[in-house]
Amino acid sequence: MIELKGKRVLVIGERDGVNGPAIEACVRSAGAEVLYAETLCFV
Amino acid sequence: MDLEGQGRIKVVVEQAGTDDVIAVLGANSPTAVEMTALTLKTGDPSYAGPLTGVALGIPSYHVLEPEIADQFDPSLYERELALPALAMDVAEVVAPLKTIRDS
Repeated sequence: MIELKGKRVLVIGERDGVNGPAIEACVRSAGAEVLYAETLCFV
Repeated sequence: MDLEGQGRIKVVVEQAGTDDVIAVLGANSPTAVEMTALTLKTGDPSYAGPLTGVALGIPSYHVLEPEIADQFDPSLYERELALPALAMDVAEVVAPLKTIRDS
């Protein structure tokens, strides 16, 4: 089991799945630092 | 992952290093998850982007994997993730990730 607290995270969300801002908020709530975030869009 | 995104990640990692760095993905298909995880671990498998031949060794997790999602604020999970979790086959989507992390 990996602990998110103290980790540095690359957030790669997807518009049709879970978007980047939602993932960012969640990983921050677990004590991780966000280094980078984007939301991919496959259209 | 698109080519511009690969370039941006390459710059970030060159500046910040890879110590304690992981990726958290939100894609809703096993193929998209697999391609992104492979790109961040061993380099772009399509040989098209800036991460071609660049083995960053960064492990990828899906935001809806239980071992990850269990660490989130429960109210945030309800607000941001409960609906996507219902809309995708989580077990199928996350299946490639453990194999790639362990390989």
